[in-house]
Amino acid sequence: MIKNKSLASPYIVWSVVFTAVPLAIVIYFAFTDKNGAFTLKNIMDIGQYTSVFVRSIVLAVIATAVCLVLAFPLSFMLSRMRASRQSMMLMLIMLPMWMNFLLRTYAWMTLLERNGLINRFLGLFGIGPFNLINTSGAVVLGMVYNYLPYMILPLYTIMTKIDPSVIEAAQDLGAGNLRVVTKVLIPLSMDGITTGITMVFVPSISTFIISRMLGGGSNLLIGDLIELQFLGNSYNYNLGSAMSLMLMVIVLLCMSFTTADSEEMEAMV
Amino acid sequence: MRRLKMLGRVYLCVMLGFLYLPIAVLIAYSFNESKSRAVFTNFTLKWYGELAGNDMILKSLAVSLVIAFASAAIATVVGTLAAVGVNGMSRRARTAVMVLSYVPVINPEIITGVSLMLLFVVGNTQLSNLFSALLGAEVSVNGFGVLTLLAAHITFCLPYVLFNVSPKLRKMDVRVYEAALDLGCNPRQAFFKVVLPELTPAILSAFLICLTYSIDDFIISYFTSGTVQTLPIAIYSMTRKKVSPEINALSAILFVVILTVILGANALDSARERRLERAAREEERKAGMQA
Repeated sequence: MIKNKSLASPYIVWSVVFTAVPLAIVIYFAFTDKNGAFTLKNIMDIGQYTSVFVRSIVLAVIATAVCLVLAFPLSFMLSRMRASRQSMMLMLIMLPMWMNFLLRTYAWMTLLERNGLINRFLGLFGIGPFNLINTSGAVVLGMVYNYLPYMILPLYTIMTKIDPSVIEAAQDLGAGNLRVVTKVLIPLSMDGITTGITMVFVPSISTFIISRMLGGGSNLLIGDLIELQFLGNSYNYNLGSAMSLMLMVIVLLCMSFTTADSEEMEAMV
Repeated sequence: MRRLKMLGRVYLCVMLGFLYLPIAVLIAYSFNESKSRAVFTNFTLKWYGELAGNDMILKSLAVSLVIAFASAAIATVVGTLAAVGVNGMSRRARTAVMVLSYVPVINPEIITGVSLMLLFVVGNTQLSNLFSALLGAEVSVNGFGVLTLLAAHITFCLPYVLFNVSPKLRKMDVRVYEAALDLGCNPRQAFFKVVLPELTPAILSAFLICLTYSIDDFIISYFTSGTVQTLPIAIYSMTRKKVSPEINALSAILFVVILTVILGANALDSARERRLERAAREEERKAGMQA
Protein backbone atom coordinates (compact mmCIF):
# COMPACT_ATOMS: atom_id res chain seq x y z
CA MET A 1 0.00 0.00 0.00
CA ILE A 2 1.44 3.36 0.92
CA LYS A 3 5.21 2.92 1.00
CA ASN A 4 6.03 5.95 3.06
CA LYS A 5 8.30 4.78 5.83
CA SER A 6 9.05 8.32 6.96
CA LEU A 7 5.57 8.46 8.50
CA ALA A 8 6.92 6.24 11.26
CA SER A 9 9.87 8.50 12.02
CA PRO A 10 8.24 10.68 14.69
CA TYR A 11 7.23 7.51 16.49
CA ILE A 12 10.68 5.95 16.17
CA VAL A 13 12.42 9.11 17.38
CA TRP A 14 9.99 9.32 20.31
CA SER A 15 10.50 5.66 21.26
CA VAL A 16 14.27 5.97 21.13
CA VAL A 17 14.34 9.16 23.23
CA PHE A 18 11.72 8.08 25.80
CA THR A 19 12.18 4.31 25.91
CA ALA A 20 15.65 3.27 24.78
CA VAL A 21 17.63 6.23 26.13
CA PRO A 22 16.03 6.12 29.62
CA LEU A 23 16.88 2.43 29.92
CA ALA A 24 20.45 3.18 28.86
CA ILE A 25 20.56 5.87 31.58
CA VAL A 26 19.35 3.31 34.15
CA ILE A 27 22.17 0.98 33.13
CA TYR A 28 24.67 3.86 33.24
CA PHE A 29 23.58 4.88 36.75
CA ALA A 30 23.66 1.26 37.91
CA PHE A 31 27.33 0.93 37.04
CA THR A 32 28.61 4.32 38.17
CA ASP A 33 29.02 6.10 41.49
CA LYS A 34 27.92 9.61 42.45
CA ASN A 35 30.82 11.16 40.53
CA GLY A 36 30.18 9.17 37.40
CA ALA A 37 33.10 6.74 37.76
CA PHE A 38 32.62 3.10 36.85
CA THR A 39 31.87 0.84 39.81
CA LEU A 40 30.29 -2.49 40.65
CA LYS A 41 29.54 -1.38 44.20
CA ASN A 42 25.84 -0.77 43.51
CA ILE A 43 25.35 -4.26 42.19
CA MET A 44 27.27 -5.72 45.14
CA ASP A 45 25.24 -3.65 47.60
CA ILE A 46 22.07 -5.35 46.47
CA GLY A 47 23.34 -8.39 48.39
CA GLN A 48 22.33 -6.61 51.62
CA TYR A 49 18.75 -6.66 50.48
CA THR A 50 18.56 -10.35 49.60
CA SER A 51 15.80 -10.91 52.15
CA VAL A 52 13.63 -8.25 50.47
CA PHE A 53 14.20 -9.77 47.04
CA VAL A 54 13.38 -13.25 48.35
CA ARG A 55 10.24 -11.94 50.06
CA SER A 56 9.09 -10.21 46.87
CA ILE A 57 9.58 -13.33 44.81
CA VAL A 58 7.88 -15.59 47.35
CA LEU A 59 4.85 -13.32 47.81
CA ALA A 60 4.47 -12.78 44.05
CA VAL A 61 4.70 -16.54 43.41
CA ILE A 62 2.08 -17.25 46.10
CA ALA A 63 -0.23 -14.55 44.73
CA THR A 64 0.16 -15.89 41.19
CA ALA A 65 -0.55 -19.45 42.33
CA VAL A 66 -3.65 -18.36 44.26
CA CYS A 67 -4.90 -16.41 41.26
CA LEU A 68 -4.41 -19.43 39.02
CA VAL A 69 -6.26 -21.77 41.39
CA LEU A 70 -9.13 -19.31 41.84
CA ALA A 71 -9.38 -18.29 38.19
CA PHE A 72 -9.15 -21.72 36.57
CA PRO A 73 -12.59 -23.10 37.56
CA LEU A 74 -14.17 -19.66 37.24
CA SER A 75 -12.89 -19.17 33.70
CA PHE A 76 -14.02 -22.65 32.74
CA MET A 77 -17.55 -22.09 34.04
CA LEU A 78 -17.62 -18.76 32.24
CA SER A 79 -16.55 -20.34 28.95
CA ARG A 80 -19.38 -22.90 29.16
CA MET A 81 -22.21 -20.41 29.72
CA ARG A 82 -24.72 -19.24 27.14
CA ALA A 83 -23.26 -16.47 24.97
CA SER A 84 -25.45 -13.71 26.36
CA ARG A 85 -24.72 -14.70 29.98
CA GLN A 86 -21.04 -15.01 29.17
CA SER A 87 -20.68 -11.40 28.12
CA MET A 88 -22.67 -10.20 31.11
CA MET A 89 -20.62 -12.22 33.61
CA LEU A 90 -17.40 -11.12 31.97
CA MET A 91 -18.48 -7.51 32.32
CA LEU A 92 -19.33 -8.10 35.99
CA ILE A 93 -15.89 -9.57 36.61
CA MET A 94 -14.02 -6.82 34.77
CA LEU A 95 -16.02 -3.93 36.21
CA PRO A 96 -14.06 -3.57 39.48
CA MET A 97 -10.90 -3.32 37.36
CA TRP A 98 -12.09 0.03 36.13
CA MET A 99 -11.79 1.45 39.62
CA ASN A 100 -8.36 2.89 40.29
CA PHE A 101 -6.22 0.28 42.05
CA LEU A 102 -5.44 2.72 44.84
CA LEU A 103 -9.14 2.83 45.71
CA ARG A 104 -9.43 -0.95 45.49
CA THR A 105 -6.48 -1.39 47.82
CA TYR A 106 -7.79 1.31 50.14
CA ALA A 107 -11.06 -0.62 50.36
CA TRP A 108 -9.19 -3.57 51.83
CA MET A 109 -7.57 -1.28 54.39
CA THR A 110 -11.07 -0.53 55.63
CA LEU A 111 -11.97 -4.19 55.83
CA LEU A 112 -8.80 -5.53 57.41
CA GLU A 113 -8.21 -2.90 60.10
CA ARG A 114 -8.06 -3.90 63.72
CA ASN A 115 -11.52 -2.45 64.26
CA GLY A 116 -12.48 -3.01 60.65
CA LEU A 117 -15.48 -4.86 59.34
CA ILE A 118 -13.99 -8.36 59.28
CA ASN A 119 -12.77 -8.22 62.85
CA ARG A 120 -16.09 -6.79 64.02
CA PHE A 121 -17.93 -9.56 62.21
CA LEU A 122 -15.73 -12.19 63.83
CA GLY A 123 -16.23 -10.41 67.14
CA LEU A 124 -19.94 -11.22 66.94
CA PHE A 125 -18.96 -14.85 67.42
CA GLY A 126 -16.48 -14.01 70.14
CA ILE A 127 -13.44 -14.61 67.92
CA GLY A 128 -10.54 -12.24 67.47
CA PRO A 129 -9.74 -9.48 66.93
CA PHE A 130 -6.89 -10.63 64.71
CA ASN A 131 -3.98 -8.71 63.28
CA LEU A 132 -5.08 -8.85 59.69
CA ILE A 133 -3.56 -5.71 58.24
CA ASN A 134 0.20 -5.16 58.09
CA THR A 135 0.90 -8.83 57.50
CA SER A 136 2.37 -10.55 54.48
CA GLY A 137 -0.97 -12.33 54.09
CA ALA A 138 -2.68 -8.98 53.59
CA VAL A 139 -0.13 -8.09 50.89
CA VAL A 140 -0.85 -11.35 49.05
CA LEU A 141 -4.58 -10.70 49.40
CA GLY A 142 -4.12 -7.24 47.88
CA MET A 143 -2.18 -8.69 44.95
CA VAL A 144 -4.79 -11.39 44.34
CA TYR A 145 -7.65 -8.93 44.53
CA ASN A 146 -6.02 -6.44 42.19
CA TYR A 147 -4.65 -8.82 39.57
CA LEU A 148 -7.14 -11.73 39.55
CA PRO A 149 -8.92 -10.46 36.39
CA TYR A 150 -5.54 -10.51 34.57
CA MET A 151 -5.56 -14.27 35.14
CA ILE A 152 -9.24 -14.80 34.36
CA LEU A 153 -9.18 -13.01 31.01
CA PRO A 154 -6.50 -15.03 29.14
CA LEU A 155 -7.77 -18.29 30.66
CA TYR A 156 -11.31 -17.55 29.62
CA THR A 157 -10.23 -16.50 26.11
CA ILE A 158 -8.40 -19.76 25.50
CA MET A 159 -11.08 -21.91 27.15
CA THR A 160 -13.85 -20.64 24.89
CA LYS A 161 -11.88 -22.30 22.08
CA ILE A 162 -12.03 -25.75 23.73
CA ASP A 163 -14.59 -27.87 21.87
CA PRO A 164 -17.08 -29.45 24.33
CA SER A 165 -16.97 -32.66 22.30
CA VAL A 166 -13.32 -33.12 23.29
CA ILE A 167 -14.37 -33.13 26.94
CA GLU A 168 -17.28 -35.47 26.19
CA ALA A 169 -14.96 -37.82 24.30
CA ALA A 170 -12.67 -38.01 27.33
CA GLN A 171 -15.66 -38.74 29.56
CA ASP A 172 -16.96 -41.40 27.15
CA LEU A 173 -13.56 -43.03 27.26
CA GLY A 174 -13.92 -43.35 31.01
CA ALA A 175 -12.04 -40.33 32.34
CA GLY A 176 -13.24 -39.03 35.70
CA ASN A 177 -13.53 -35.31 36.43
CA LEU A 178 -10.00 -35.10 37.74
CA ARG A 179 -8.55 -36.80 34.69
CA VAL A 180 -10.54 -34.55 32.36
CA VAL A 181 -8.98 -31.56 34.10
CA THR A 182 -5.40 -32.87 34.14
CA LYS A 183 -5.35 -34.60 30.75
CA VAL A 184 -7.61 -32.37 28.66
CA LEU A 185 -8.37 -28.97 30.17
CA ILE A 186 -4.94 -28.02 31.49
CA PRO A 187 -2.99 -29.06 28.37
CA LEU A 188 -5.45 -27.31 26.09
CA SER A 189 -5.37 -24.07 28.08
CA MET A 190 -1.59 -23.99 28.62
CA ASP A 191 -1.11 -20.83 26.50
CA GLY A 192 -3.67 -18.98 28.58
CA ILE A 193 -2.09 -20.23 31.80
CA THR A 194 1.37 -18.95 30.87
CA THR A 195 0.04 -15.59 29.72
CA GLY A 196 -1.97 -15.26 32.93
CA ILE A 197 1.04 -16.14 35.06
CA THR A 198 3.13 -13.38 33.46
CA MET A 199 0.35 -10.85 33.69
CA VAL A 200 -0.11 -11.45 37.43
CA PHE A 201 3.50 -12.11 38.39
CA VAL A 202 5.05 -8.99 36.82
CA PRO A 203 2.86 -6.37 38.52
CA SER A 204 2.90 -8.37 41.77
CA ILE A 205 6.67 -8.52 42.05
CA SER A 206 7.12 -4.85 41.19
CA THR A 207 4.38 -3.30 43.33
CA PHE A 208 5.14 -0.85 46.08
CA ILE A 209 1.68 0.52 46.79
CA ILE A 210 0.06 -2.72 47.91
CA SER A 211 2.88 -3.50 50.31
CA ARG A 212 2.85 0.04 51.65
CA MET A 213 -0.91 0.19 52.17
CA LEU A 214 -1.57 -3.33 53.39
CA GLY A 215 1.85 -4.47 54.60
CA GLY A 216 2.65 -1.65 56.99
CA GLY A 217 6.35 -0.89 57.30
CA SER A 218 7.41 -4.46 57.89
CA ASN A 219 6.77 -6.03 54.50
CA LEU A 220 9.09 -4.11 52.19
CA LEU A 221 9.20 -5.37 48.61
CA ILE A 222 11.61 -4.65 45.74
CA GLY A 223 9.28 -1.90 44.54
CA ASP A 224 9.43 -0.16 47.93
CA LEU A 225 13.23 -0.32 47.93
CA ILE A 226 13.41 1.24 44.47
CA GLU A 227 10.90 3.93 45.37
CA LEU A 228 12.90 4.79 48.50
CA GLN A 229 16.05 5.31 46.42
CA PHE A 230 14.33 7.70 44.02
CA LEU A 231 11.66 9.59 45.97
CA GLY A 232 12.06 8.40 49.54
CA ASN A 233 14.55 9.04 52.28
CA SER A 234 17.35 6.80 51.02
CA TYR A 235 17.84 8.89 47.90
CA ASN A 236 20.47 7.00 45.96
CA TYR A 237 19.83 6.96 42.22
CA ASN A 238 22.77 4.66 41.54
CA LEU A 239 21.67 1.96 43.96
CA GLY A 240 18.07 2.40 42.81
CA SER A 241 19.12 1.88 39.20
CA ALA A 242 21.02 -1.27 40.11
CA MET A 243 17.90 -2.58 41.88
CA SER A 244 15.74 -1.68 38.87
CA LEU A 245 18.15 -3.57 36.63
CA MET A 246 17.90 -6.57 38.94
CA LEU A 247 14.09 -6.42 38.85
CA MET A 248 14.17 -6.27 35.06
CA VAL A 249 16.37 -9.37 34.97
CA ILE A 250 13.94 -11.25 37.22
CA VAL A 251 10.99 -10.23 35.05
CA LEU A 252 12.79 -11.22 31.84
CA LEU A 253 13.71 -14.58 33.36
CA CYS A 254 10.08 -15.16 34.28
CA MET A 255 8.95 -14.18 30.79
CA SER A 256 11.48 -16.45 29.10
CA PHE A 257 9.96 -19.35 31.02
CA THR A 258 6.40 -18.47 30.14
CA THR A 259 6.32 -16.77 26.74
CA ALA A 260 7.43 -18.89 23.85
CA ASP A 261 6.98 -16.64 20.84
CA SER A 262 6.09 -13.13 19.85
CA GLU A 263 2.58 -14.05 18.80
CA GLU A 264 1.78 -14.82 22.39
CA MET A 265 3.09 -11.43 23.41
CA GLU A 266 0.81 -9.85 20.88
CA ALA A 267 -2.09 -11.74 22.46
CA MET A 268 -1.14 -10.26 25.83
CA VAL A 269 -1.55 -6.77 24.56
CA MET B 1 -23.40 -33.76 38.01
CA ARG B 2 -26.18 -31.80 39.66
CA ARG B 3 -24.14 -31.32 42.79
CA LEU B 4 -21.23 -30.09 40.71
CA LYS B 5 -23.46 -27.52 39.08
CA MET B 6 -24.70 -26.29 42.48
CA LEU B 7 -21.12 -26.08 43.68
CA GLY B 8 -20.21 -24.08 40.61
CA ARG B 9 -23.01 -21.63 41.22
CA VAL B 10 -21.97 -21.15 44.84
CA TYR B 11 -18.37 -20.63 43.77
CA LEU B 12 -19.40 -18.01 41.23
CA CYS B 13 -21.36 -16.11 43.88
CA VAL B 14 -18.46 -16.27 46.34
CA MET B 15 -16.05 -14.90 43.74
CA LEU B 16 -18.39 -12.08 42.77
CA GLY B 17 -18.79 -11.32 46.45
CA PHE B 18 -15.00 -11.22 46.83
CA LEU B 19 -14.73 -8.79 43.91
CA TYR B 20 -17.55 -6.48 44.96
CA LEU B 21 -17.66 -6.59 48.75
CA PRO B 22 -14.79 -4.12 49.31
CA ILE B 23 -16.29 -1.63 46.87
CA ALA B 24 -19.73 -2.05 48.41
CA VAL B 25 -18.31 -1.36 51.86
CA LEU B 26 -16.54 1.78 50.62
CA ILE B 27 -19.75 3.08 49.11
CA ALA B 28 -21.76 2.26 52.22
CA TYR B 29 -19.30 4.14 54.42
CA SER B 30 -19.48 7.19 52.17
CA PHE B 31 -22.92 7.79 53.73
CA ASN B 32 -21.65 7.36 57.27
CA GLU B 33 -21.72 10.42 59.45
CA SER B 34 -19.01 9.24 61.84
CA LYS B 35 -15.47 9.69 60.63
CA SER B 36 -14.57 6.39 62.24
CA ARG B 37 -14.91 3.31 60.11
CA ALA B 38 -15.77 1.22 63.15
CA VAL B 39 -19.37 2.27 63.54
CA PHE B 40 -22.12 3.38 61.24
CA THR B 41 -23.83 6.23 63.04
CA ASN B 42 -26.10 8.21 60.77
CA PHE B 43 -26.89 8.61 57.12
CA THR B 44 -25.32 11.74 55.70
CA LEU B 45 -24.29 13.35 52.43
CA LYS B 46 -21.81 15.72 54.02
CA TRP B 47 -18.72 13.91 52.65
CA TYR B 48 -19.99 14.51 49.15
CA GLY B 49 -20.33 18.18 49.99
CA GLU B 50 -16.81 18.31 51.38
CA LEU B 51 -15.55 16.55 48.27
CA ALA B 52 -17.18 19.17 46.07
CA GLY B 53 -15.37 21.86 48.08
CA ASN B 54 -12.02 20.07 48.05
CA ASP B 55 -9.78 22.17 45.82
CA MET B 56 -6.98 19.63 45.76
CA ILE B 57 -9.25 16.94 44.30
CA LEU B 58 -10.93 19.24 41.78
CA LYS B 59 -7.62 20.65 40.59
CA SER B 60 -6.06 17.22 40.25
CA LEU B 61 -9.12 16.03 38.33
CA ALA B 62 -8.64 18.90 35.89
CA VAL B 63 -4.94 18.07 35.50
CA SER B 64 -5.79 14.40 34.89
CA LEU B 65 -8.36 15.23 32.23
CA VAL B 66 -6.10 17.69 30.40
CA ILE B 67 -3.16 15.25 30.43
CA ALA B 68 -5.39 12.35 29.36
CA PHE B 69 -6.97 14.12 26.40
CA ALA B 70 -3.74 15.77 25.26
CA SER B 71 -1.62 12.62 25.53
CA ALA B 72 -4.30 10.41 23.97
CA ALA B 73 -4.71 12.81 21.04
CA ILE B 74 -0.98 13.13 20.38
CA ALA B 75 -0.35 9.41 20.86
CA THR B 76 -3.22 8.51 18.52
CA VAL B 77 -1.96 10.74 15.71
CA VAL B 78 1.71 9.75 16.04
CA GLY B 79 0.83 6.09 16.55
CA THR B 80 -1.51 5.93 13.55
CA LEU B 81 1.10 7.54 11.30
CA ALA B 82 3.61 5.03 12.65
CA ALA B 83 1.26 2.14 11.85
CA VAL B 84 1.02 3.32 8.23
CA GLY B 85 4.78 3.82 8.02
CA VAL B 86 5.62 0.49 9.64
CA ASN B 87 3.26 -1.25 7.22
CA GLY B 88 5.50 -0.23 4.33
CA MET B 89 8.69 -1.44 5.99
CA SER B 90 10.69 -4.57 5.37
CA ARG B 91 10.03 -7.48 7.71
CA ARG B 92 13.23 -6.92 9.63
CA ALA B 93 12.74 -3.21 10.18
CA ARG B 94 9.16 -3.90 11.25
CA THR B 95 10.26 -6.47 13.82
CA ALA B 96 12.83 -4.02 15.21
CA VAL B 97 10.16 -1.34 15.69
CA MET B 98 7.78 -3.85 17.27
CA VAL B 99 10.41 -5.05 19.75
CA LEU B 100 11.13 -1.46 20.78
CA SER B 101 7.38 -0.92 21.18
CA TYR B 102 7.01 -3.94 23.45
CA VAL B 103 9.49 -2.54 25.98
CA PRO B 104 7.11 -0.15 27.79
CA VAL B 105 4.35 -2.76 27.63
CA ILE B 106 6.35 -5.58 29.16
CA ASN B 107 8.49 -3.57 31.56
CA PRO B 108 7.10 -3.26 35.09
CA GLU B 109 5.52 0.17 35.42
CA ILE B 110 7.91 1.16 38.18
CA ILE B 111 10.86 0.67 35.80
CA THR B 112 9.25 2.81 33.12
CA GLY B 113 8.57 5.47 35.77
CA VAL B 114 12.07 5.37 37.24
CA SER B 115 13.81 5.39 33.85
CA LEU B 116 11.78 8.37 32.63
CA MET B 117 12.48 10.17 35.90
CA LEU B 118 16.21 9.64 35.40
CA LEU B 119 15.92 10.95 31.83
CA PHE B 120 14.24 14.11 33.10
CA VAL B 121 16.76 14.51 35.92
CA VAL B 122 19.64 14.25 33.45
CA GLY B 123 17.79 16.61 31.10
CA ASN B 124 17.37 19.14 33.92
CA THR B 125 21.07 19.11 34.79
CA GLN B 126 22.11 19.42 31.16
CA LEU B 127 19.75 22.34 30.60
CA SER B 128 20.85 24.01 33.84
CA ASN B 129 24.49 23.73 32.77
CA LEU B 130 23.68 25.03 29.31
CA PHE B 131 21.75 28.04 30.56
CA SER B 132 24.31 28.75 33.27
CA ALA B 133 27.04 28.81 30.65
CA LEU B 134 24.97 30.98 28.32
CA LEU B 135 23.90 33.49 30.96
CA GLY B 136 27.08 33.36 32.97
CA ALA B 137 25.11 32.86 36.17
CA GLU B 138 23.96 29.88 38.21
CA VAL B 139 20.59 28.80 36.79
CA SER B 140 18.75 25.70 37.86
CA VAL B 141 16.09 24.26 35.59
CA ASN B 142 13.36 22.07 37.02
CA GLY B 143 11.22 20.81 34.20
CA PHE B 144 9.22 18.37 36.33
CA GLY B 145 5.55 19.12 35.94
CA VAL B 146 2.83 19.03 33.33
CA LEU B 147 5.25 18.67 30.42
CA THR B 148 7.14 15.69 31.85
CA LEU B 149 3.81 14.10 32.79
CA LEU B 150 2.56 14.61 29.27
CA ALA B 151 5.72 13.12 27.75
CA ALA B 152 5.50 10.11 30.07
CA HIS B 153 1.84 9.48 29.28
CA ILE B 154 2.40 9.76 25.54
CA THR B 155 5.25 7.26 25.92
CA PHE B 156 3.19 4.53 27.58
CA CYS B 157 0.15 5.17 25.35
CA LEU B 158 1.94 5.05 21.98
CA PRO B 159 2.52 1.28 21.70
CA TYR B 160 -1.17 0.57 22.32
CA VAL B 161 -2.11 2.75 19.34
CA LEU B 162 0.38 0.94 17.14
CA PHE B 163 -0.81 -2.48 18.32
CA ASN B 164 -4.44 -1.51 17.75
CA VAL B 165 -4.13 0.08 14.32
CA SER B 166 -1.40 -2.09 12.75
CA PRO B 167 -3.38 -5.35 12.54
CA LYS B 168 -6.36 -3.56 10.96
CA LEU B 169 -4.08 -2.05 8.36
CA ARG B 170 -2.51 -5.41 7.54
CA LYS B 171 -5.95 -7.01 7.17
CA MET B 172 -7.16 -4.28 4.85
CA ASP B 173 -7.65 -5.15 1.19
CA VAL B 174 -4.89 -3.40 -0.77
CA ARG B 175 -7.03 -3.51 -3.91
CA VAL B 176 -9.46 -0.99 -2.45
CA TYR B 177 -6.62 1.49 -2.16
CA GLU B 178 -5.35 0.59 -5.63
CA ALA B 179 -8.84 0.98 -7.08
CA ALA B 180 -8.96 4.50 -5.65
CA LEU B 181 -5.64 5.26 -7.35
CA ASP B 182 -6.93 3.81 -10.64
CA LEU B 183 -10.01 5.97 -10.38
CA GLY B 184 -7.85 9.05 -10.26
CA CYS B 185 -7.07 9.71 -6.59
CA ASN B 186 -3.55 10.71 -5.73
CA PRO B 187 -2.04 8.69 -2.84
CA ARG B 188 -2.90 11.41 -0.35
CA GLN B 189 -6.56 11.52 -1.38
CA ALA B 190 -6.72 7.73 -1.47
CA PHE B 191 -5.40 7.65 2.08
CA PHE B 192 -7.91 10.14 3.43
CA LYS B 193 -10.90 8.89 1.41
CA VAL B 194 -10.33 5.14 1.54
CA VAL B 195 -7.76 4.02 4.11
CA LEU B 196 -8.57 6.36 6.97
CA PRO B 197 -12.34 5.62 7.03
CA GLU B 198 -11.51 1.88 7.18
CA LEU B 199 -9.21 2.50 10.15
CA THR B 200 -11.50 4.85 12.06
CA PRO B 201 -12.95 2.25 14.46
CA ALA B 202 -9.47 1.00 15.38
CA ILE B 203 -8.17 4.55 15.81
CA LEU B 204 -11.14 5.46 17.96
CA SER B 205 -10.72 2.45 20.21
CA ALA B 206 -7.00 3.22 20.48
CA PHE B 207 -7.86 6.75 21.57
CA LEU B 208 -10.25 5.44 24.23
CA ILE B 209 -7.65 2.94 25.50
CA CYS B 210 -5.11 5.76 25.83
CA LEU B 211 -7.65 7.90 27.64
CA THR B 212 -8.43 5.22 30.24
CA TYR B 213 -4.78 4.24 30.75
CA SER B 214 -3.81 7.85 31.20
CA ILE B 215 -6.56 8.67 33.70
CA ASP B 216 -5.91 5.46 35.62
CA ASP B 217 -2.12 5.65 35.76
CA PHE B 218 -0.54 6.22 39.12
CA ILE B 219 2.92 4.64 39.18
CA ILE B 220 4.50 6.30 36.15
CA SER B 221 2.93 9.69 36.99
CA TYR B 222 4.17 9.36 40.56
CA PHE B 223 7.78 9.34 39.36
CA THR B 224 7.47 11.97 36.64
CA SER B 225 5.09 14.61 37.99
CA GLY B 226 7.26 16.63 40.35
CA THR B 227 4.81 18.54 42.52
CA VAL B 228 1.87 18.49 40.09
CA GLN B 229 -0.92 16.20 41.24
CA THR B 230 -3.05 14.01 39.01
CA LEU B 231 -6.22 12.49 40.43
CA PRO B 232 -4.59 9.15 41.34
CA ILE B 233 -1.72 11.01 43.02
CA ALA B 234 -4.21 13.10 44.99
CA ILE B 235 -6.02 9.91 46.00
CA TYR B 236 -2.71 8.44 47.11
CA SER B 237 -1.91 11.44 49.28
CA MET B 238 -5.37 11.12 50.84
CA THR B 239 -4.92 7.43 51.66
CA ARG B 240 -1.71 8.33 53.50
CA LYS B 241 -3.87 10.09 56.08
CA LYS B 242 -5.46 6.73 56.89
CA VAL B 243 -8.99 7.97 57.55
CA SER B 244 -10.58 10.31 55.05
CA PRO B 245 -14.24 9.60 54.30
CA GLU B 246 -14.02 11.83 51.23
CA ILE B 247 -12.23 8.97 49.48
CA ASN B 248 -15.29 6.82 50.05
CA ALA B 249 -17.50 9.44 48.49
CA LEU B 250 -15.11 9.78 45.56
CA SER B 251 -15.09 5.99 45.08
CA ALA B 252 -18.87 5.93 45.05
CA ILE B 253 -19.05 8.68 42.43
CA LEU B 254 -16.39 7.06 40.24
CA PHE B 255 -18.10 3.68 40.51
CA VAL B 256 -21.43 5.12 39.39
CA VAL B 257 -19.75 7.00 36.52
CA ILE B 258 -17.91 3.85 35.36
CA LEU B 259 -21.03 1.73 35.70
CA THR B 260 -23.05 4.19 33.60
CA VAL B 261 -20.39 4.43 30.89
CA ILE B 262 -19.94 0.65 30.63
CA LEU B 263 -23.63 -0.18 30.75
CA GLY B 264 -24.27 2.53 28.17
CA ALA B 265 -21.55 1.22 25.86
CA ASN B 266 -22.88 -2.31 26.28
CA ALA B 267 -26.44 -1.25 25.51
CA LEU B 268 -25.28 0.55 22.38
CA ASP B 269 -23.29 -2.51 21.35
CA SER B 270 -26.13 -4.96 21.80
CA ALA B 271 -28.59 -2.61 20.09
CA ARG B 272 -26.30 -2.47 17.07
CA GLU B 273 -25.94 -6.26 17.10
CA ARG B 274 -29.70 -6.71 17.23
CA ARG B 275 -30.11 -4.29 14.33
CA LEU B 276 -27.52 -6.19 12.30
CA GLU B 277 -29.23 -9.48 13.14
CA ARG B 278 -32.62 -8.15 12.11
CA ALA B 279 -31.16 -6.83 8.85
CA ALA B 280 -29.59 -10.22 8.17
CA ARG B 281 -32.91 -11.99 8.84
CA GLU B 282 -34.71 -9.56 6.55
CA GLU B 283 -32.20 -10.27 3.77
CA GLU B 284 -32.70 -13.98 4.24
CA ARG B 285 -36.45 -13.63 4.08
CA LYS B 286 -36.25 -11.59 0.89
CA ALA B 287 -33.88 -14.12 -0.68
CA GLY B 288 -36.29 -16.89 0.31
CA MET B 289 -39.24 -15.09 -1.27
CA GLN B 290 -37.38 -14.61 -4.53
CA ALA B 291 -36.51 -18.30 -4.62
